[in-house]
Amino acid sequence: MTKKVLFTILFLLLISESHDCYAQSISSVELINNAKDYNGNTVVYKGEVIGDIMLRGEYAWVNVNDGKNAIGIWIKKELIKDIIYTGSYNAKGDLVEITGVFHRSCVEHGGDLNIHAQTITKISSGNKTPYSVNKKEINLILVLSGIITVVFLLRLIIKKFKA
Amino acid sequence: MYYLGRSIDFFFGIFFKMILKPQLKDIRHIGYYLGKITIGLGFTMFVPFIMGLVFFKEVNPALDFLVSAEIALLCGLVLTWLCATDKELNWMQGMVVVASSWLVAMVLSAIPLYLGGHYKSFLDACFETMSGFTTTGLTLVQDLDHLSYSHNLWRHLGPFIGGQGIVIIALALFVKGSAGSFRMYVGEARDEKILPNVIHTARFIWLISIVYLIIGMVALGIVGVLIGLKPQNAFFHGACVFMAGFDTAGFSPQSQNILYYHSLIFEVVTILFMVVGSINFNLHYQLWSGNRKELMRNIETRTLLLSTMLMFFIVTIGLNKAGVYSNAVILFRKGFFQLISGHTTTGYMTIYAQQFIKEWGDLALTGIICAMALGGCACSTAGGIKMLRVGIIFKALKQDIKALALPEHAILTQKFQHIKTVFLEDGQVRTVLLITVAYITLYALGTLVGVGCGYPVLNSLFESTSAAANVGFSCGITDTSMPTILKVTYIIQMWAGKLEFMSVFALFGFIVAFFKGK
Repeated sequence: MTKKVLFTILFLLLISESHDCYAQSISSVELINNAKDYNGNTVVYKGEVIGDIMLRGEYAWVNVNDGKNAIGIWIKKELIKDIIYTGSYNAKGDLVEITGVFHRSCVEHGGDLNIHAQTITKISSGNKTPYSVNKKEINLILVLSGIITVVFLLRLIIKKFKA
Repeated sequence: MYYLGRSIDFFFGIFFKMILKPQLKDIRHIGYYLGKITIGLGFTMFVPFIMGLVFFKEVNPALDFLVSAEIALLCGLVLTWLCATDKELNWMQGMVVVASSWLVAMVLSAIPLYLGGHYKSFLDACFETMSGFTTTGLTLVQDLDHLSYSHNLWRHLGPFIGGQGIVIIALALFVKGSAGSFRMYVGEARDEKILPNVIHTARFIWLISIVYLIIGMVALGIVGVLIGLKPQNAFFHGACVFMAGFDTAGFSPQSQNILYYHSLIFEVVTILFMVVGSINFNLHYQLWSGNRKELMRNIETRTLLLSTMLMFFIVTIGLNKAGVYSNAVILFRKGFFQLISGHTTTGYMTIYAQQFIKEWGDLALTGIICAMALGGCACSTAGGIKMLRVGIIFKALKQDIKALALPEHAILTQKFQHIKTVFLEDGQVRTVLLITVAYITLYALGTLVGVGCGYPVLNSLFESTSAAANVGFSCGITDTSMPTILKVTYIIQMWAGKLEFMSVFALFGFIVAFFKGK
């Protein structure tokens, strides 16, 4: 009987623990669609750092995109030293995992939906996006330039001929 | 208003009287002016091409623009060659040129975006360009956070070109002063001449816009640097956000829209430019000429102020009832930003699209839908029914109520202030009501298609109003996975809403006459 009670208490503790802290990363869609449920809870969120890192005193705003949406992460400046690449046209940003408190409407930041990060882990480093000049487009440009020149000259010749 | 009346008469003339089949000369005239506009569009593509190559060092995106510019120039050259004419456009031709030039611009401008590889289909790219030109701001771009500077610049140039008017560019640069120019000007839903000459009016609109662009880019750029953006990005974002804010489009260089900046001061400056953009260009001219009293006396600014207060009251009650925000300051910041953005038909957001439906509640959402439907001022970059029309309807209503209380033979006049004192006439009220009914019908038709595609009524109404009033707010329906019929519906809504129906009706009438006319 005692064992059963202990087991039940332990089970309930596990359930309540899992409600407050989500060990597995949660997607932005899940967070935004169920913001009321996650509000104030510690969550794990994973994604690519995009855009500019905006320093604000001892803290910084880092925007992290998980492929569906980007969410603003409010984080201590000292925790972001490892971030080198941020996602843009020229680069793939560092992939990071953030553990922090999710706010549906953050009182500190004018009601924004954000995460106040406690820890950040760099899962993989980003890189500069390699590119090579699109030769097909260059060929197309040359062909079109030729056609435009011919049309333009034909117009001039016919105009002179008519005059 | 008189000129819109003319175009309405023309439209009904097509449908209710015997119609004449358009002749070859009609098609030639239309083709010639369409060609000129196409050439103008081709030249504007050199802006992102040069910027991409010189400033952003993006070779492949720059090539996308060179290809597209060449295609546009080639189409324009062929059209102006084959359809060469020195005749002026009549009303029907002018209207058809305007309506078709927006469609041609949509297709040609979509080419560089599609080549950029951030759109799942060419239709999605067309949706984006129509959304841009009509200053709507609904987007189907994929992975916006990795889009090149050049393509992003083009997305934001779209509203800047369309907001002032695609035809107005051509008028300001390529067309000599003529009655035909005025017909095209009216066809683009601008029946108010600021200056006696329509070409001067077009140039003045561009002068205002470029002066504000410089001020806006510098102001937002400085704010951007202060909030931690890299200087190059700060001024680039400043230019983009200004163009889409002043032109009430709501596009943003990042997927989070204005939420990306996490800054109150950025939001305040953005609100300022949204409001400036939604004000009548005629009123801008009065202010520039030193006639500041007009701002407070004008029927449009008064209606806008009253309507904003009323809608904000509704939104506040709704948000308070739904318990969305924990304190009044946050409620004001979020509620007011979204309301002003909706009312000016900009569509900038500081919340996520899904939050509208999931959190805001029906009442607050209704307030936003009403604000979007009413829109900004006439002869501005804003969409929707327009404050001038709302003001006139209320004046007419007031007159009718007064008439009930007075003796039967009493003569009652109603006047209002709009640049000058205007006496209300029945014909004016008829035109205003007709366009208002057309807008409401357009909102309803889009809602019906949305519901038909399986979306809830409120969501469909929200998205449909947003598209037809050229707002750009989304509650989540606008997505690349939405049905093709809905994409096409929204494209038509954006197009018809921006041109205020008349030139669109004229185009349809022209097509009908082509097949059924005698």
